[in-house]
Amino acid sequence: MGRNNKIYLLIYASIIFLLPALLRNNYQLMVLNVAALNIMVVIGLNLLMGYAGQISLGHAAFFGLGAYLSAIFTATYGFPTWPTMILAMAITGLVAYIIGIPTLKLEGHYLVMATLGFNVIVYIVMIQLDEVTGGPSGFAGIPRLAIGSLVFDSDRKIYYLLGAGSLGVLLVSLNLIHSRVGRAMAALSHNEIAAKCAGIDTEMYKVKIFVISAVWASLAGSLYAHYITFISPGTFSFFYSIQVVTMVLVGGIGSLWGSLFGAVLLTLLPEVLHAVKEYNVLIYGLILMLVLLFFPQGLIPGIMEAFGKGKMFNHSEVLKKGA
Amino acid sequence: MDYQGYPEDQAILKVREITMRFGGLEALNNLSLAISPHQIVSIIGPNGAGKTTLLNAITGVFSPDSGEILFRARPISRLKPFQIASLGINRTFQQAQLFANMTVLENVMVGRHPRTKTGFLEGMLHLPNERREEKEIKEKAASLLDFFGLLPKAGWMAAHISIAEQKRLEISRAMAGEPALLLLDEPVAGLNIRETEEIGDLIVKLREKGQTIILVEHNMHLVMGISDWVIVLHHGSKISEGRPEEMQKDRRVVEAYLGK
Repeated sequence: MGRNNKIYLLIYASIIFLLPALLRNNYQLMVLNVAALNIMVVIGLNLLMGYAGQISLGHAAFFGLGAYLSAIFTATYGFPTWPTMILAMAITGLVAYIIGIPTLKLEGHYLVMATLGFNVIVYIVMIQLDEVTGGPSGFAGIPRLAIGSLVFDSDRKIYYLLGAGSLGVLLVSLNLIHSRVGRAMAALSHNEIAAKCAGIDTEMYKVKIFVISAVWASLAGSLYAHYITFISPGTFSFFYSIQVVTMVLVGGIGSLWGSLFGAVLLTLLPEVLHAVKEYNVLIYGLILMLVLLFFPQGLIPGIMEAFGKGKMFNHSEVLKKGA
Repeated sequence: MDYQGYPEDQAILKVREITMRFGGLEALNNLSLAISPHQIVSIIGPNGAGKTTLLNAITGVFSPDSGEILFRARPISRLKPFQIASLGINRTFQQAQLFANMTVLENVMVGRHPRTKTGFLEGMLHLPNERREEKEIKEKAASLLDFFGLLPKAGWMAAHISIAEQKRLEISRAMAGEPALLLLDEPVAGLNIRETEEIGDLIVKLREKGQTIILVEHNMHLVMGISDWVIVLHHGSKISEGRPEEMQKDRRVVEAYLGK
């Protein structure tokens, strides 16, 4: 994935590790934990938006599927937590596959409508199926995660788990986009006809990217459920879907580091803006508007360009070695 | 060598009676032809003769309304473009269709796609076999760039190199798929004489390595200079074929271009 990315990953890992020393209370840790969960969802969504050229307005539903599947299987049926998380990812991936197959074969943005509808349906099911989901009052008593005798029962303990999780998702996603598959993904998002004629099964690739994207959201959802131990439908409404799309746009479509940045920024911003009380929504909106006005391609790509690191030239490692 | 009466069963590509309509317009009209291996076969004809439509039909971009296309005796006219590319037919486009957001090297690396197999999981986990294949892809791509004189530009974004370089890059990307049949759609359109000669030399070099090439081109100087065989289309039908010097004298060909 290139030396720069490895250095950035190391920096990110050290920040995760050192940050708690600077924090004064658990509330701040909790905000960071939410940011880490958002990072996982947003990175997945950015794979879809940046590399399949498709938008999903249903990522809250995939996030919710992960959360509810983990909750129901572990709390109601007594399944073990970690394997259930993987089971939830598999089921969510399968659901995404079933949605993706018919919609992604069509040219155009049919996925937006399908996922939007799906989000609404999942939301209604969460509320109506109250014997299973707890209905509008929510689902309580979800077990905490544990490794041996280490139980992740405090904000601080789970902070390291979620930090590592976001790092893992980022690492694996960076690996992916720097592989043969990632190149094919970038190719199809940029010039579909040329990609097809270069031997890339663009339809299947789009479906697979969508599945991975949903699986990351499911993972975040499961972690969320075991962290908060109480979930209710409100968290997984359509508004969260919009929020994560906004995080992708602010960070920069196609830039995974941008997603990290966008997710952290838009998670922290409302907290910081509590200081200005009733004006916070106004200022939040203003900041969003300014960012998209001056950095239409997103903050990270925009800043890179401003510093002359635009993509005019990009030395590949192989050629430096003279291969 | 004389290719007149070339036995059809030795052809690498056979087009049998294909017809293709766009609304009321018949772009290809009951067209049949055969392409022999290891040759540069040029397809010429006035504008609107159906040359690009034929390339689109061969590569599966459009499927013909009727008729059959056989590649190495296998019917391909109902396959999708990516399947046809994987079978060994790669192409370039009239207007270079590069991945402008990638480097020159990466463009060629994408071209290796049908000859490599790393999947999503191996890519995500960056497993040893993925690394090995990635290294091999880079080396193959770099050696192709060397052949096409683009190695010094390997790290440039494809959008920032000259038109002539983009044309050469597109051929390198197509060659990265190790095609049995290479289709070139106007590879020298818009280039000056020196750039045209460079590309002409490269095409001849590819043929010397045994590459089968279908060349669609309006530059008659180039076509007559490098082709082994010339097929002339007019209004979606084949009106004549033969060796270049024969075609230059062919009455039907002259009429098609100049009118009676």
